[in-house]
Amino acid sequence: MTPRRRRMVAMASGLVCLAAATALVLTAFEQNMLYFYTPTQIASGEAPERRRLRVGGLVERGSVRRLSGALEVRFDVTDLDRSVTVAYAGVLPDLFREGQGVVAHGRLGADGLFEADEVLARHDENYMPPEVAEMLEEKGHPPDASLR
Amino acid sequence: MIPEIGQISLALALCLAVALAVFPLAGAHTGNVRWMEAGRPCALGMLAFVALAFAMLAVSFFRHDFSVQYVALHSNLKLPAMYRFAAIWGAHEGSLVLWQLILSGWTAAVALASRTLPQTLRARVLGVLGLISIGFLLFILLTSNPFLRLFPAAADGADLNPLLQDPALAMHPPLLYMGYVGLAVPFAFAIAALLSGKLDRRWARWTRPWTTAAWMFLTVGIALGSWWAYYELGWGGWWFWDPVENASFMPWLAGTALIHTLAVTERRGLFGNTTLLLAIAAFGLSLLGTFLVRSGVLVSVHAFASDPARGLFILVFLAVVMGGALLLYAFRNVAANPQTGFKLVSRESALLVNTVLLSAATVLVLFGTLYPLALDALDMGKISVGPPYFNLVFILPMLPLLLVVGAGMHASWKATDTAAWARKLRIPAAAAVLGMIALTAAAYGFAGVLTGIGILAGLWVIAAALRDPAVWLLRRGPRPARSAWGMQVAHCGLGVTTLGIVVVSAWGVETDRRLALGGSLEVSGYEFQLERIEQVEGPNYQAAQGVVRVSRDGRPVTTLYPQKRVYEVQQSPMTEAGIDAGWRHDLFVALGEPLGEEAWSVRVQVKPLVRFIWLGALIMGLGGLLAISDRRYRVASPKEDGS
Repeated sequence: MTPRRRRMVAMASGLVCLAAATALVLTAFEQNMLYFYTPTQIASGEAPERRRLRVGGLVERGSVRRLSGALEVRFDVTDLDRSVTVAYAGVLPDLFREGQGVVAHGRLGADGLFEADEVLARHDENYMPPEVAEMLEEKGHPPDASLR
Repeated sequence: MIPEIGQISLALALCLAVALAVFPLAGAHTGNVRWMEAGRPCALGMLAFVALAFAMLAVSFFRHDFSVQYVALHSNLKLPAMYRFAAIWGAHEGSLVLWQLILSGWTAAVALASRTLPQTLRARVLGVLGLISIGFLLFILLTSNPFLRLFPAAADGADLNPLLQDPALAMHPPLLYMGYVGLAVPFAFAIAALLSGKLDRRWARWTRPWTTAAWMFLTVGIALGSWWAYYELGWGGWWFWDPVENASFMPWLAGTALIHTLAVTERRGLFGNTTLLLAIAAFGLSLLGTFLVRSGVLVSVHAFASDPARGLFILVFLAVVMGGALLLYAFRNVAANPQTGFKLVSRESALLVNTVLLSAATVLVLFGTLYPLALDALDMGKISVGPPYFNLVFILPMLPLLLVVGAGMHASWKATDTAAWARKLRIPAAAAVLGMIALTAAAYGFAGVLTGIGILAGLWVIAAALRDPAVWLLRRGPRPARSAWGMQVAHCGLGVTTLGIVVVSAWGVETDRRLALGGSLEVSGYEFQLERIEQVEGPNYQAAQGVVRVSRDGRPVTTLYPQKRVYEVQQSPMTEAGIDAGWRHDLFVALGEPLGEEAWSVRVQVKPLVRFIWLGALIMGLGGLLAISDRRYRVASPKEDGS
């Protein structure tokens, strides 16, 4: 090959690699974007089924229930207007408590049950997941001291 | 009285920072020698006053002075002394004082160790560091005063967040800040070069050890944070692509690119503009990290309670520093335009590829970190980007990079004799392939093509890094210079970390299960039996402690004692995992919660080679140390040597 041909081939293969990489990155990005939904949005059917998403709110008091001795747990997450039931089979975070802010990652089933594969709670006494705090404020329910 | 002394010290430090910024910079501009010489005493004085403020904060913590709001919020009568000290940087205000202490420390170090530098360069570097100190001292005094008094004084403190009551975490912020803040030094050198309009190989030689030192601390600091998250957060993961982790990782990526382009700039006088831009970017990413952590815009373990004023201050500071630096970069063309080029197969080419790939990785991680924030700021929905995105965009540039690292290390500057080069690489390549086959066939089993390539890449880098030391040990070659040793050791560490990451990602097992008292479950051939739950008492906590007997094929292996602690003051539960650490793998059990009927939820993990991840990072840090200790950085008044 002449140096010129060789340079052309190198550049072309470089461009192909770059294009492939870009396509891969964009696909990965698209597939791993998690949208945040409020319980009200889910109750009104705005959230897509079977796509991974995040839901956040407060764990409704008295709503945490599990069959005695079983790993699976269910609880209601509320934005103080509507609520959605979350099912989770795993170890809950240390600071998961009734009345506290929580964010769950997972998929919404056809029956309206949110099947979580990850549950995040606050990390310390003063911390509220920002989405949850903001959501509550927008709804005119500033999170009170006990909830914080 | 003590807190007031601290506060006054900070104010005096600010005055000295202003003097440090004004006199040397103005002196360098006008050629006033006495003004330039004012830099050193100002830098030392600033360090003295910031250290005094830090000491006053420490005294307040040790004396349980709950009339200081920061102490009342983050300490407690029962808090052990070691954590009272670590509590200084356990939250926002104090961690900024630590930040400023370290910045003053680096500034003083530059002032003391720069006697061989030309006077104007030294003055400018110190002046730029002074400007940065002004920003941070103002930030502390205006928005985050740690010495704020509380009237009436609290009877007892609210205690330190239990997550932070841990030895590794006591060390994590100081090391990380040493790295973060240390990147201010190459930034200051870059700005000084732009101001003077001169960038030559000597400049690169003076900048290199500082950059490597900061990089070394950053490497070890990040690894320590990862290790802490692994055992303390109770999740057993070692990296989450949490935005704050990314915030520390992006400066590391840019800093890594920087130490490599600096090598080219020093040895060959090339890549000058790239070096300047990377120096600016690395420190800019450090500041961005600070903004992300401090402004509370992030959902993260590290997000302290948010305060819009603080976020705004840092954002403005970031805009001023980066805007100024980039404008300067745009309008000053300083890099010498050398006539020398290099061939396709040469060390320069390898380092060019290295720069491109590391920059690509930085940009892709930055994109995934900032895109959700931008979308949220524009009110276009709240999203987060999941770890699979980061895994992919990180692997994409890293795998080719690892292949280039192994090969590039043995390429010569300018032009490489390809036949000799291939001869050198034959044995490492063969060793990597054989090792990969042995590892998959004998130890772990086949787990996909990508895993195979990953293991190959890790072993390849290790084998290539060890080639020269091995040849020297076998007395068939010359003894590598200290800086070459550093390079080889650091690359070996990179390979070790890669190997750990690939193996634990492919063969690590983690599972959440139900475990009844007396019952057992099997994970990866190990049987975990929950013998009993007992109550134990710590200095400031109560814990339920599980006794988990681990056996394999009926033979006992170890006993793990995972704890569920409740700290008395905050009444918050904390998971303390039971870990049997080993070379081959970690056995990991964390207690969840009682499920009723004498059963607990437990997280059980078997993590092969997970220790390699942190071990590799330590080796990288050691490599950095070796490189800095090279003689040529300490030779008085180095002369431009021809090439």
